[in-house]
Amino acid sequence: MATAAEIEKQAEAREIRTRWYLSAPALIIILLAASGPLLIVLLYSFLTPGPYGDVQWKFSTEGWVSVFLERDIFDDTLSFASAHLTIFWRSLKLALMATVATLVFGFPTAYFIATRSERTRDIWLFLITIPFWTNLLIRTFAVLQVIRNEGLINTALINLGIIDQPIQMLYTDFAIMVGMVYVYLPLMVLPLYASMEKLDFRLVEAGYDLYATRWQVLKRIIFPLVRPGVVAGSILVFIPAIGAYVTPSVLGGGKNMMFANLIELQFGQGRNWPLGAALSITVMAIVMMALLVYVRNTAGSEVRHG
Amino acid sequence: MPDTPGKNAIEVRGVRKVFGTGEAQVAALDTVSVSIRENEFFTLLGPSGCGKTTLLRLIAGFDFPSEGEILLYGSDIAPLPPFKRPVNTVFQSYALFPHMTVAENIGFGLEMLGKPRAEIDARVAEMLKLVRMEKLAKRRTSQISGGQQQRVALARALAPQPKVLLLDEPLSALDYKLRKEMQIELKRLQHETGITFIFVTHDQEEALTMSDRIAVMSSGKILQVGSAREIYDRPAVRFVADFIGETNFLDASIDSIDGGKAKVTLKSGATISATVADGFKPDGDATVVIRPEHAKAVKGKGDISGLVENVVYFGTDTHVHVRLDDGEAFTVRQQNTRGAMVEFERGERVGIVLGDDAAQILKD
Repeated sequence: MATAAEIEKQAEAREIRTRWYLSAPALIIILLAASGPLLIVLLYSFLTPGPYGDVQWKFSTEGWVSVFLERDIFDDTLSFASAHLTIFWRSLKLALMATVATLVFGFPTAYFIATRSERTRDIWLFLITIPFWTNLLIRTFAVLQVIRNEGLINTALINLGIIDQPIQMLYTDFAIMVGMVYVYLPLMVLPLYASMEKLDFRLVEAGYDLYATRWQVLKRIIFPLVRPGVVAGSILVFIPAIGAYVTPSVLGGGKNMMFANLIELQFGQGRNWPLGAALSITVMAIVMMALLVYVRNTAGSEVRHG
Repeated sequence: MPDTPGKNAIEVRGVRKVFGTGEAQVAALDTVSVSIRENEFFTLLGPSGCGKTTLLRLIAGFDFPSEGEILLYGSDIAPLPPFKRPVNTVFQSYALFPHMTVAENIGFGLEMLGKPRAEIDARVAEMLKLVRMEKLAKRRTSQISGGQQQRVALARALAPQPKVLLLDEPLSALDYKLRKEMQIELKRLQHETGITFIFVTHDQEEALTMSDRIAVMSSGKILQVGSAREIYDRPAVRFVADFIGETNFLDASIDSIDGGKAKVTLKSGATISATVADGFKPDGDATVVIRPEHAKAVKGKGDISGLVENVVYFGTDTHVHVRLDDGEAFTVRQQNTRGAMVEFERGERVGIVLGDDAAQILKD
């Protein structure tokens, strides 16, 4: 007869097996749809570009070299690939700015929703998700209609006599920023709301009671307690923002390239698939490193509440 | 003592608080006025929904009165935000900051007041000692027990040395034994710090044992303010008598009134004398109030009589439930003493003797 300890051990083993069975479907999808293609991309980055696109099955590190360095066409000397660096820097800068901007706009929005009555909250959340009903491309073109030279803003300002010449907003970094903030705002608001909804507002009262001003309550009590939401929202906005493709092509007009546009160029007109693949891996590695640092810095001070 | 009006820490003058608008308007407080003296343990007692917590929140500054003034040592604080009032609160749920340690929680108020680090540290150490929590200073508030959280909440509210400490049913989440301990602890803290305590509770026993004075509230009004003894022995209105302790109510008709004394005839035909509450001029019919311990059950004839319905033994005393001849229920509480015990049995006929001062006539 089995002792109680043995039965306990068996139950534990069974539980572990069940856990694996239950997560198998998700694991299979992730392996097939994410890791598999990624491995192919990694493989392609070490091959030689074919003359009309595609790749030749010959090992080469040229793709990786040209991520950071430029080979002179005449004397084969290598110099720093400053164009790539500029594009990467712009992507990083715009993605960071978009993250900060969505946080600045999203925080009060989420706070507003979280402090409504239970029934009206659902209505506000519903309104926040409305933009998701429309295709990203259409939404981006809508922004274009608003900010172009003959668009809503410029026409209104000219008719009001405030300016005589339209302000050039389209095809600037500003346009890309506006587009990204508009598109990614819900991704910031929703996780922030999820955190704030769990916030015990009696703690806010306790803060006021202990002589904290509104600003101090925000900084010392609300912000630390909703930090998980801030982290989640920032990650959800930063990742698609740094890889944004549609928004910079439509609103940046191809002049102000971002990383995704550069990668697309290599697979298209550039006919340099290995370079495109190497660039893809690079941007992924950088995003992952940034996230690791971010998560590690915030995880230690994360708190559970509720 | 109750008649020597010391300095008033808090004066509530004609405060009304209305929630909602239009049709859905509810008056949580209906023109309440009360003075709370310096260094007093003052309790707001009443059933849930009576407005006691609303009054406390108005004093704390979490809500603002619709009408009236709240004076703190003579100056109106009603329009000030909570962070500008030298008043601190111990919350029912404690509301400790989960992302801070015990010591950080206690020091928070002082830090917000901009006190220098050295002073904060010294005061936090002093507070930890006061509530006997020195060993747990570095713990997170989620890692300590309910009773310990209670102590931290007290220390946190006392650390900035408020002029008045507000306590919103702080003991309701604790189990019976811990609650008893904390009652004594609270009295000790109030005594040692000399701070005016305003304590909100729905527990009459808590109110009676701890308070210097009690305000009994019902439906947004203060019905009576007085010491535990005054509230219990001389309830001003029927609600107070009913809410605090057990009470027998008997219908009677008034024969004559002379000063504070009245002669009344009970439904059973017995005539007894009863004290009339101050400033009350009853005419015709009245309700007579008799505390169970002010009556005595005897074998034989008493002022009134009936049949024993039930006898319940409580250790220190025994409750004898009697059905009077006129059909009304009456409870007698007798102390259990060794030897001199009169035992009653169910169905036995008993007389009830009412003491001279036992019966009172109250406003409804």
